[in-house]
Amino acid sequence: MTMTTHTSAPPQTGMAALLKGTVLNSRAAGPVLLGLYLCFQMLPIYWLVRMSLMQPGDIMSSSSFLPKAPSFDNYKTIFTDPAWYMSYVNSLSYVILNVIITLSVALPAAYAFSRYKFIGDKHVFFWLFTNRMAPPAVFLLPFFQLYSAVGLFDTPLAVALAHCLFNVPLAVWILEGFMSGVPREIDETAYLDGYSFPRFFLTVFLPLVRAGIGVTAFFCFMFSWVELLLAKTLTSVEAKPIVVAMTRTVSASGLDWGLLAAAGVLTILPGAAVIYFVRNYIAKGFALGRV
Amino acid sequence: MTFAINNVGCTVAGETWLEDVTLSFEPGNLYVLLGRTGAGKTSLLRVLAGLHRPDSGTLVQNGTDLTGMPVRRRDIAFVYQQFVNYPSFTVYDNIAAPLRRKRMDRTTLDAKVRDAARMVHIDHLLDRLPQNLSGGQQQRLAIARALVKEAGVLLLDEPLVNLDYKLREELRADLRQIFRGGGATVVYSTTEPDEALQMGGTTIVMEEGRVIQVGPAAEVHANPCSVKVAEIFYDPPMNVIEGHVSDQTINFAGIRTALPAHMQGRVSGACLLGVPPHRIRPATCEEAGDLAGRVSLCEVDGSATFVHFEYGGHEWVMKRDGVHPQASGSDCKVTIDPAGCFLFDASGQLLATPGPRQAEAA
Repeated sequence: MTMTTHTSAPPQTGMAALLKGTVLNSRAAGPVLLGLYLCFQMLPIYWLVRMSLMQPGDIMSSSSFLPKAPSFDNYKTIFTDPAWYMSYVNSLSYVILNVIITLSVALPAAYAFSRYKFIGDKHVFFWLFTNRMAPPAVFLLPFFQLYSAVGLFDTPLAVALAHCLFNVPLAVWILEGFMSGVPREIDETAYLDGYSFPRFFLTVFLPLVRAGIGVTAFFCFMFSWVELLLAKTLTSVEAKPIVVAMTRTVSASGLDWGLLAAAGVLTILPGAAVIYFVRNYIAKGFALGRV
Repeated sequence: MTFAINNVGCTVAGETWLEDVTLSFEPGNLYVLLGRTGAGKTSLLRVLAGLHRPDSGTLVQNGTDLTGMPVRRRDIAFVYQQFVNYPSFTVYDNIAAPLRRKRMDRTTLDAKVRDAARMVHIDHLLDRLPQNLSGGQQQRLAIARALVKEAGVLLLDEPLVNLDYKLREELRADLRQIFRGGGATVVYSTTEPDEALQMGGTTIVMEEGRVIQVGPAAEVHANPCSVKVAEIFYDPPMNVIEGHVSDQTINFAGIRTALPAHMQGRVSGACLLGVPPHRIRPATCEEAGDLAGRVSLCEVDGSATFVHFEYGGHEWVMKRDGVHPQASGSDCKVTIDPAGCFLFDASGQLLATPGPRQAEAA
């Protein structure tokens, strides 16, 4: 007995130590792997920021990790040159316009789909979504011709309306999911308590789906902000958005890398700011409010 | 202010929810809708509230037809089985919501809100949001919001069913107090016979979308007009056994015994015998009318024992006071007291009751 314990004891402690070591390692591995992944993800963004702080000559000549002689000259150019900063204003104006139009159309529509039964309701609901299945290029020509004919070409409203084609169906689907999560009895109680429909909708119902409205607004903002094809085709000079301005920086002196990088950084910021407000509801939004 | 519905019928997706219901509600009275799940209680309340438009029939208040009137213009308050409140409003604003729609001045509104909150004991929670209240408090809030309107008709759809036993008892006592004080017509639905008896008032017994008996609670309980009512209004349900009456004797389940006084001269031939569970007693000594059954289930609820046993191809239930657990499968000898039984004819219509004294003894 004693013999066996003596012989078996040292390997056991050795094994235990080893096991403990691997447990510790696996506990540390998570953060390390995640950290590496984050670095990998953030590298292009860091490189963008680095470039935006450098002069065009330095960008091509140096490959140091930190920017050489950093300066905010590129940002100064953007904020002082109307050709640059007006393109941000144009972008923001059609994006905001689009969010407003989309929400004001989609809220009543989603309420109707969530609360009422009517002939063909399921088909119409599905048909709405099929609008997202066609590539935007399909709609380029009709939109261009139509807007030219009615004098909407090269205005923020033109882009805002064109983007509704994709954003309204999405908004209706997301909002319908959130609205169906609100018990119908609340509507009935409000009517029994003497609320008129508009007052009930604005003061009782909307606060209950405000997370859904936030997520919907974010999705519309995001799609409209990054969309290039329609924005590029439906504008020329007056309403030129930032994504278009960035693709047109080739001048006689070649590409201005620094300026382009600074514009890129400024383009990321609004999205980051908006996502902060809806960070807790994004997953539910991706599931179209049906969680 | 009389409130009445005439020949109301409701069919949804081929299923009949209400069939030819005619009822009249007198002001200031309490009406209890009693029926099992799916009997049409909620449908009837929704029709009364105007939330569901009946397919046929009319809704009349003081001689005016209300059938097509928008809900918001009716003088009605409704309490749901689920706790329905405005989640984004505080308790105070929830109670104030119906009053604000009536354009009331601030001081009266404040006084009324606080009164209603005090009545249901939530006056210390006025600043909270509904989600921060317990289930019982949420339902109290819903009741306060219904009371504060001082509507002519107050409808409650199984308001206590989602609460635990203790809270239910508490809130039921409070509700009785409140209903007694108010001048509104109250219609209250429940599945529980005991609740209907405790609430009192007029009981309306429903079955499969039809009203099968209307009358004061105790009276309906003592004189169930049919086997159906007897089954619904007794908990556990009354044992209903086929029997045969001839001369001065009654035969049932293989027992032959003398016809008790209250059944004399009512029927001869086939009949149905209603045996209330508390009218079956364990046999103490060997008698002619004893049955020997086999226990299939025995439930003990603290103060009473419910013995389910099988005899003569029937499932019987016996209610005994006190705790007397019995193993499943064991034998049980019982005596049935015919003097405490109901007599129905073969189609299920009431012929004889044990009489008021016997019913009281229940």
